[in-house]
Amino acid sequence: MNRKNRILALLAAVLILGGVAVGATLHAAGRSAEKDRAQPGGPRVHPGEVVLDAPRLSVFRNMAWGPHRDEIATVPADDPAGPRTSSGVRCLRFHAAAGTGICLQAVHGRLRDSYRAVVLDAHLRELRRYDLAGVPTRARVSPSGRSVAWTVFVSGDSYAGTSFSTRTSVLDTRTWSLDRDLEEYRFFLDGHLHKASDLNVWGVTFADDSRFYATVATGGRTYLVRGDRTDRTLRALHTNVECPSLSPDGTRIAYKKRVEGASSDAPWRLYVLDLRTLRESATAEHRNIDDQAIWRDGHTLVYSLPGDYGSDLWTVPADGSGSPGLSMTAALAPAFTG
Amino acid sequence: MYLADSRTTPDPSDTAGRHPLPGRRAALVPGAVFALGSVSLITDVSSEMVTAVLPLYLVAGLGLSPLGFGLLDGVYNGVSALVRLVGGRVSDRGGSHKTVAAVGYGLSALCKPLLLMAHSVPLIGAVLAADRTGKGLRTAPRDAMISLACEPGTRGRAFGVHRAMDTAGALLGPLVAFVILRAAADGYDAVFTVSGCTAALGVLVLLLFVPGREDARPFTEPAAGRAPLRAVLRRPAVRRLTGCAALLGLTTVSDSFLYLILQRRLDLSETWFPLLPLGTAAAFLLLAVPFGTFADRVGRRRLFLCGHLALLAAYGLLVSPLGDSPTLAFIVLALHGSFYAATDGVLAAVTADAVPETIRGTGLAVVQTGQAAARFVCSIAFGVAWTTWGDRVALGSAATGLAVSVAVSALLLRPSPDAPPEPVR
Repeated sequence: MNRKNRILALLAAVLILGGVAVGATLHAAGRSAEKDRAQPGGPRVHPGEVVLDAPRLSVFRNMAWGPHRDEIATVPADDPAGPRTSSGVRCLRFHAAAGTGICLQAVHGRLRDSYRAVVLDAHLRELRRYDLAGVPTRARVSPSGRSVAWTVFVSGDSYAGTSFSTRTSVLDTRTWSLDRDLEEYRFFLDGHLHKASDLNVWGVTFADDSRFYATVATGGRTYLVRGDRTDRTLRALHTNVECPSLSPDGTRIAYKKRVEGASSDAPWRLYVLDLRTLRESATAEHRNIDDQAIWRDGHTLVYSLPGDYGSDLWTVPADGSGSPGLSMTAALAPAFTG
Repeated sequence: MYLADSRTTPDPSDTAGRHPLPGRRAALVPGAVFALGSVSLITDVSSEMVTAVLPLYLVAGLGLSPLGFGLLDGVYNGVSALVRLVGGRVSDRGGSHKTVAAVGYGLSALCKPLLLMAHSVPLIGAVLAADRTGKGLRTAPRDAMISLACEPGTRGRAFGVHRAMDTAGALLGPLVAFVILRAAADGYDAVFTVSGCTAALGVLVLLLFVPGREDARPFTEPAAGRAPLRAVLRRPAVRRLTGCAALLGLTTVSDSFLYLILQRRLDLSETWFPLLPLGTAAAFLLLAVPFGTFADRVGRRRLFLCGHLALLAAYGLLVSPLGDSPTLAFIVLALHGSFYAATDGVLAAVTADAVPETIRGTGLAVVQTGQAAARFVCSIAFGVAWTTWGDRVALGSAATGLAVSVAVSALLLRPSPDAPPEPVR
């Protein structure tokens, strides 16, 4: 093949490959535009005022297609399939308690996207905002509404950056003092100070404004830890616990447990740990769970599973009885107001 | 079908580079080097597109927890180093650098559409491992082709041009991915498809425009024997060079640690942090060609060592109590980029000087693997030192180690005169 033919071959390939590339992008763009149109049969969503301190509400990220997709919305807690009131505030992750909301959202910049954490008051007005170092994954507010915590995934910058780590921050919304990285706390394993460079902390759940539970990973194992903001410590209590969620009475932890024999791409099951006896019990949900569950009340767990719109919310009794039930389609990151 | 093409008589203008003619082409770099640079640029656009969106895809797109990926990172690094040695050896023994490089680029290109089908962390991890295997395979034969395509006296510039093009691709990739995601929210499949098309284009440019062995300059020595690895290691010059590259690699703190220290020193916000690698890349991009050309003039070993002095200066600035002015960040990143510009391509050129053509690929693989393995050990040790004694002490120790390594390397690399470089034909 002479030079001219090579260039012709290259041009032909550029046209074909370019056509495929443009086609794939247009197809994805069309699909994305479709998500902005409400689907017949989907949940009814209308814009309105959302308040976080009204009683008996379920607040969540609305995943239903249409103009209000990804916005924080509410339904009456006893009518989860009812019409949704959508706030206009877009969040990837969200949680609320006692009139304080934490919203982890994407910011679409001119050259790249970034993320931030926004602390909201009961009327979803912004109080403070903080830049985030990576993709948001977990968010929690303490029962009194004073402390908030969030976790993001940070990835390395190396070629095929496959090394991921978490960064978890805790914020006091009265003094606005921020502990940017819980890995800087002292970590005690079996009563001894444990120093490791591979420490990762994620999934905070608050007991009160300064004490909390979370997951620490190091040396290929995960631990349930009790954390304290006052003396900046994390103390390991139990192994193989991820994404803990403390019951309203503070006696039990719902969490995802990596179970033996499960396939490596679906390794987690929903378990409950009794903090007084450290006894583990499985729930009746036997599917893989990758979420930080929420206690709707003292005996019901709510968690996300993949669904037609990305995520549906399911419930199961915390005591291992009963069976899982679909609570809400097209919803993620719920919180329940008193 | 394109492979067969390399047997036909090459167009004279295509080979101008290997026998530089006076005139406009001779002033640039050989056509083959430009072609290999284009292949790397296109391939880096493709791979960096994927790297840029991968965390978001895993977490937001698939709803997966990507933790645990990091655990396998060490394994992948080890595999990639072994594969690189295999790539160099096979390409020397079979005598076809182009074929091995094409297999490497092709494997990585195939991985892009596979990402569309992998929906779990272990599967995606496997695809990325295959992608890295491709990268490991192609690196040594590609550098061997660059070194064989140019006159020995201009190797520094040739590698400089290649590394600059490579870095340009790495900078463009994330931008392309961003434009696609802006046009199509959640369009990760579009990103992977475009990445696959781009990678395929890279392979095609390699097959069409990079000359194969058959039409290259004939060897002045017999083809590699059955044991190119042993032949490489028998050469004292290569042993010394590998030793120095490894020694210096042992004290080269990984980029991410350096950026973390910089962030702490300047109390940089999370928004600015991801931009730090761009500073290094920009300096690398701008300086790779001038430094490569300069290396040809003043001696490549000398510039290779000077590059490490730039890194030492960067460490010094970070350890010193010079305050937290943003100027510090610019100077540190400029020094860090200079370090890469003065060492990355230059090391390949130095290696080419010390290894005969018949075992060139193996020689490059040995030196680069030695360096990569040492850097990996360094990042583990540095992580431990950081947690035990804090970042300042850790970096201070690394700086001391680096100063000693540079001094030892200066002694080890001295016996062969620095300038003019002694090329091995």
